[in-house]
Amino acid sequence: MPVDSSLVGRVFPATTPYAVSEEKVREFAAATGTPYAGGPAPATFPIVVAFRAMNDFLAAEQVDLFRIVHGEQKFAYARPVVPGDVLSATLSVASLRQIGGNDIIGTTSEIRDAAGDLVCSTSATLVHRGEA
Amino acid sequence: MSALEAGASLAPQEYAVTRADLVRYAGASGDFNPIHWSDRVASAVGLPGVIAHGMFTMALAARAVAAWTDGAEVVDLGCKFTNPVVVPDDDGGVVVRVAGTVKSVEDGLVTIGLEVTCQGQKVLGMPKAVVRG
Repeated sequence: MPVDSSLVGRVFPATTPYAVSEEKVREFAAATGTPYAGGPAPATFPIVVAFRAMNDFLAAEQVDLFRIVHGEQKFAYARPVVPGDVLSATLSVASLRQIGGNDIIGTTSEIRDAAGDLVCSTSATLVHRGEA
Repeated sequence: MSALEAGASLAPQEYAVTRADLVRYAGASGDFNPIHWSDRVASAVGLPGVIAHGMFTMALAARAVAAWTDGAEVVDLGCKFTNPVVVPDDDGGVVVRVAGTVKSVEDGLVTIGLEVTCQGQKVLGMPKAVVRG
């Protein structure tokens, strides 16, 4: 099932606000073996919010998560995420191409805090594996 | 951070990855894609077996960067996921190795080129981190 090519340029609604608790950061740090004694979250923590935006996108497009493999991820941080932040992500579809029965979906997401200030912008390439 | 001079090689870090780590990461990140825990689903979509979340491997790369830089603020981090890290269903798992080289130190920013391998094969493409020096 090829993904609809008219998606390019589409901006999806912002995710519901995500409150970053110290407990959640601690859990993420422990899961990745990163020492944590309070303060800023590990660098890849914003994926927690970006992933929610991706899930919303996949649900809206009726794409099964198990057919998705991650192709590329980049983060540009305006500042570190810290406990107490309330974050939401806005995903837009930047590009779409088909190669060998797979859809290569380029997305960008802006992660903003409760004041609307940019915390992190992130881009991801998602490989949607076609049904053989 | 005086050791972070252009050209410096950073001590490679090795991290074992087991199925249990993937389960823990799924819970912490919210990424419950079954290709990271079900052999049945992974095989059905043509993967060689259960694979680590790309973001888990990237998190290990970031962990190495944090170790080398004493937790310096990261301003840029990125990579491609070029080869999957296949994680066996045993107690030992598989080892991911993160090596790094300081590419440049300019304007208070340290650029670190990474090499992330598993069983001798590169698993991330062009992994790079920029931190505040």
